[in-house]
Formats: sequence, C-alpha cells, structure tokens
Amino acid sequence: MSLHIEQLDEAAPNRRVVGRVSGAFAMFSNRKSLTGLAIIAFFTLVAIFAPLIAPFDPLEKDYTALRQPPSGAHWLGTTHMGEDVFSQIVWGTRGVLAVGFLAGVIATFIAVVVGVTAGYVTGWKSEGLSALTNVFLVIPSLPLIIIVASQFYNPSYALIAAVLAATGWAWGARVLRGQTLSLRTRDFVQAARANGEKLPRIIGTEMLPNLTAIIASSFVGTVIAAVLGLTTLAFIGVIPITNLNWGTVLYWAQQNGAFPNFWWWYIPAGLCIALLGMALSLVNFGIDEYVNPRLRSSGERARAMRKKGLKPTSAVTVVRSSEAEQK
Amino acid sequence: MRFILRRIAFYAFTAWAAITINFFLPRMMKGDPVSAYLADNPEISPDAIASLRILFGVDTDLSLWEQYLEYWQLLLQGDLGRSFSRGLAPVTDVIAAALPWTIGLVGFATVVSFLIGSFLGSIIGWYRGSRADAVVPAATFLSTVPYFWMALIMIAIFSTTLGWFPASHAYDKGSEPAFTWDFAGQVVHHGALPAITIILASLGGWVLGMRNMMVTVLDEDYITVAQAKGLTQRRVLYRYAARNAVLPQLSSFALSLGFIVTGTLVMEMVFSYPGVGQLLLDATNSKDYPLMQGLFLVITMAVLFANILADVAYAILDPRTRHMEA
Repeated sequence: MSLHIEQLDEAAPNRRVVGRVSGAFAMFSNRKSLTGLAIIAFFTLVAIFAPLIAPFDPLEKDYTALRQPPSGAHWLGTTHMGEDVFSQIVWGTRGVLAVGFLAGVIATFIAVVVGVTAGYVTGWKSEGLSALTNVFLVIPSLPLIIIVASQFYNPSYALIAAVLAATGWAWGARVLRGQTLSLRTRDFVQAARANGEKLPRIIGTEMLPNLTAIIASSFVGTVIAAVLGLTTLAFIGVIPITNLNWGTVLYWAQQNGAFPNFWWWYIPAGLCIALLGMALSLVNFGIDEYVNPRLRSSGERARAMRKKGLKPTSAVTVVRSSEAEQK
Repeated sequence: MRFILRRIAFYAFTAWAAITINFFLPRMMKGDPVSAYLADNPEISPDAIASLRILFGVDTDLSLWEQYLEYWQLLLQGDLGRSFSRGLAPVTDVIAAALPWTIGLVGFATVVSFLIGSFLGSIIGWYRGSRADAVVPAATFLSTVPYFWMALIMIAIFSTTLGWFPASHAYDKGSEPAFTWDFAGQVVHHGALPAITIILASLGGWVLGMRNMMVTVLDEDYITVAQAKGLTQRRVLYRYAARNAVLPQLSSFALSLGFIVTGTLVMEMVFSYPGVGQLLLDATNSKDYPLMQGLFLVITMAVLFANILADVAYAILDPRTRHMEA
C-alpha cells in the first residue's frame, strides 16, 4: 500500500510536467502548424549554416559571368556584377530572420504588458491604454518608419527591429486586452482574488496560461509584418545595401534593369518572402483552429455528412441528430 | 449618441497624437538637416525660413511649450513648410497635387477588393468541407506576397511581355489633365494594372477573414432556426449568416487600412504613379524632411477619415449601434 503511494507521488509531478509541456504545444500539433513550422525550421537552418550552404561569397564578383541565367555553377544565375544570386539569397535569410524574430519578441513583450494591463485594470487607465493601442493601430507605420530610419546613416539590424516593433505591437495588445477582459470576470480568477492572491500571481499563473495561444498568434503576426516591413524598406532603399537581405536583392534587381528579362534575379527572392510569410500564416491558422474549434470541426463534419449522402448546407434536423450520434 | 461621441473623441485624440508625434520627431533626432540646408541656401525668403524654423525647432530659444503653440498656429493656417526638393514650393501644394491620384486609385481598389473578397469568403464558408476549401491555401499565398513584388511581376507579364497596359505613370506622356473622354480613358488604361495589383494582393486576407467568420457564424443557433423555418438557402446565406459575419470583417477593414496604405504606397513607387507614395520615395531619397513630415501627417489624416467612413458603414449594417443611441 505504501509502495503504491510512493509510486503515485513520484509519477505525479513528472506527469504534470509532461502534461504541461505537451499542453503548451497542443496548439501546434495539427497539420497546418506543423507544415508551417517545418518551413520556418528549414529557413532557420539555411540562415545558421549560410557559410556552408552558399557556394560563393554574396558579394564576390565574377566579371566573366555577368547576368548569367541559372546554370550548374550558379544555381540561380548571376547579377550585373557577376555576383551569385543563390548565395545572396542564402546569406540574406540571416537578416530577414534576425530582424523578423527580434521585432516579434520586442513587439510581443510590449503587447503583453500593455494589453494584459489594459484588460485587467479598470476605468480611465484601461480606456487610456486602449486609446493608445488604437492610435498605434490607425497610424500608418511605413511613413513613420521611413522618417525615423532615414535619419540614421547606417541603421543596425537591432535598430530596424526596434522601430518595426515600436510600430507593430498594437494589434496583439488589442486582442490580448479583449481576452483579458473576458478572463478577469471568470470564476477561477474571482476565486483567486477572493483568496487574497497578489496581482502578479493572478496575472502570471491564472491568466497567462489562458492567453498563450493568443500571445503566440500575435507573435507570429508581428513576425510576418516585420519581414514584410524589412524587405519593403530594403526594396525602396531606406536601409543601406550593406544589410544584405531579400529586399536588398530586389532593390539591386530593380536598380539595375533586371525587369523583366533577368527573371532569376527577382523571382526567387520574392518567392522566398511569400513562402516564409505563408509558413508563418499556416502556424497562425493552426493556432486559430486550436482557439476556435468551430474552424477545425466544420470541414470534418461537413465531409462526414456528405459520406452519409446528406447536404451539409441544408437539412437542419439531421445536422443536429448526426452530431448527437457522434457524442 | 454615446457611440458617436466615443468615436469622435477617439478620432480627435488620434489626430492630436499624430500631430504631436510629427512635432516631436524632428526634435528628437540627432543632427540637424534643416539648418544645414538653410546654411547652404541663403537665398530662401525670410517667410519660408520662419515657418521651417517653427516646424523643425531650428535656431530657436523659445521653450518647448511655446514652440508647440507656434507649431499649431502654423498648422491651422495650413502651412506645412517648404519642400527642399521641389524648388521651395509650399508642401501643402505639392501634396495637394498628388493626393487625388492616390485616393482615387487606392480608395477604389481597396473597396473593390474588400467587396469581392468578402463575397468569395462567404460563399467558400457556406460550402465548407467541399472542394471550395482548396481556395484557402491559394488565398493564404496571395495574402503574404509583398505588394511591390506582385507589382513587378504584373508589369513583367502584362506590360512588358503582353503589352496590354502601360507600365508607369497615370496618363500618357505629353497630355495635360483635362475633363475629356480621351484623358479619362488614359487614366483608366494606366490605372488598371496598379488597381488589379492592389485588388489581388489584398484579396486573400478578406477571403480568409470572411470565410473563418462564416464558419463560426454558421454554427450559431439562429442559423439553425432560420433553416428550420424553411427559409430559402439564399436568404439564410446572405441575410442571416453573411450579414453577421461581415461586421467583424468591417472592423478589421478599418484597422488594417494603415497596413494597406503602407503596401500601396510602395506599389505606387514601382508604377511611378504620381501619387503620395511616389512623392514619399522622392522625398526620402532627396532628404526632403519638410515634405516627409507633411506626407506623414496627410496620410495619417486620410486613414483617419477612411476609418470614419468605415464606422458609418458599420452603423448602417449593425442596427445595435443605432439602438444604443436611442
């Protein structure tokens, strides 16, 4: 008997840890999220091992091979200076990912602080923070970023990421505020407050676990925006060309008459941006389906009904009975 | 009434915040491009110098508060300073010449994209679980393609290769803006490709948003009741499901306007469209700070105004906002 209890005691904390960890990753365990994460992991590996993958130095000039179409030596052809486009894209992955993720981390931090606080406090403080959030949502960020970035002679990646984050946190804060507002009136939070728990503990252990999915989704959202923002800024030439990223490749292509004939120069870089953006969106769709089960089950249910020879868009009574059967 | 008052207070606050940011930005920056410019160009009229001095806080011994008041006075007179790169023309005139082109193009294309996207999304949401779901990945891809890259591809295909549309500018070289059929035809011909680019690039987001809202709404009890009453499918789809699903769609339309405007500004640069985006690029490249600051202010005000229009549309579609007033 005592052995039993010991075993239980030993197993319990272990199981709780495993349960927590797998619970935290449950939002990613669907096909969409996993596909997205796999693509992101691929780009991350490319960024880390760029020196090994890239066959040339990104700025190495080969004057005997100018504007060459893709070949065995240059997989994605060469630029007007004989630089290898494939190597430029491989090295450019570093800048894109570094700025994207750094901006995402900073913006999510601001969003959590502002959003959760705005949702938890009441009265004019909450209204004030909410108004601040909405102001940042409405003000178009690009002109603001251009004005700030153009004042610096050679902005570093960290600075660019900080500016992108400073203009990109508002969406996450808004969603987090809404969710916190609905959480703070729930019974378990009220109970914690009635027990006299301190505010940091209520926010940290009672509310944050219920916000992880939304925090993750707002992080992914800001990374998408930051990647688009960085490549856009690089493309219009606000960021100096010493910061090599996919946008810089497109900037050079545009400046040196690559359009429309030298397709190998501008198609791959744009596709990379779109592919990374799509991977991030897929992760977000997975999280959406986790948060909103109706999105997940609708397709399955409709398919199940079609198998039984029923139209999912009609026949109300059958819809309900087929659901009851499943239960 | 409360709804309207709250919104008015919000817009007033946002406008104030944008103007104040515009006041502090040049003062927080290190370096002083404006006094450098003034030193290089001594022939500027004293009038222009005075307004630039106030706008940028150059050579002044006034306190910050007094500068702020002076700045407001200047704004209320409609003076945004002089543009360095355009022969010291007043910034307001320079922007006024470019603004109609952008509002016409971006406004038209964005609204069309929203309407098409919401319609498609409601249909795809209605036929959930069928082959229509195949549209979702395609829409995802479209929504993450950068505007400027799509613009380049469109030019390469439809302009350079097929020769259907001109690749740049808003009307033929050598013709003057006039209210004639010929000129209107030119504007449509030149504007078609940029408009199609905006519609395609922003369509995906609307389709996905509307589809997800439809799928959520279709599980509501009132849809079941509507179908149980024997209403036609059309009526349930458009009057019950889509009408409710479009409300969050409309609020996200208002909120993503800033984002869309950002994308379209860059797209204008690719098409050399004579609008605000092209102007912003020129101003950036020639370090024309007064023009950049003026553009930021004007673009923000335009987005605010579009938000007000979206609010009005929301109030028309959602009777609850009107009931709150009564």
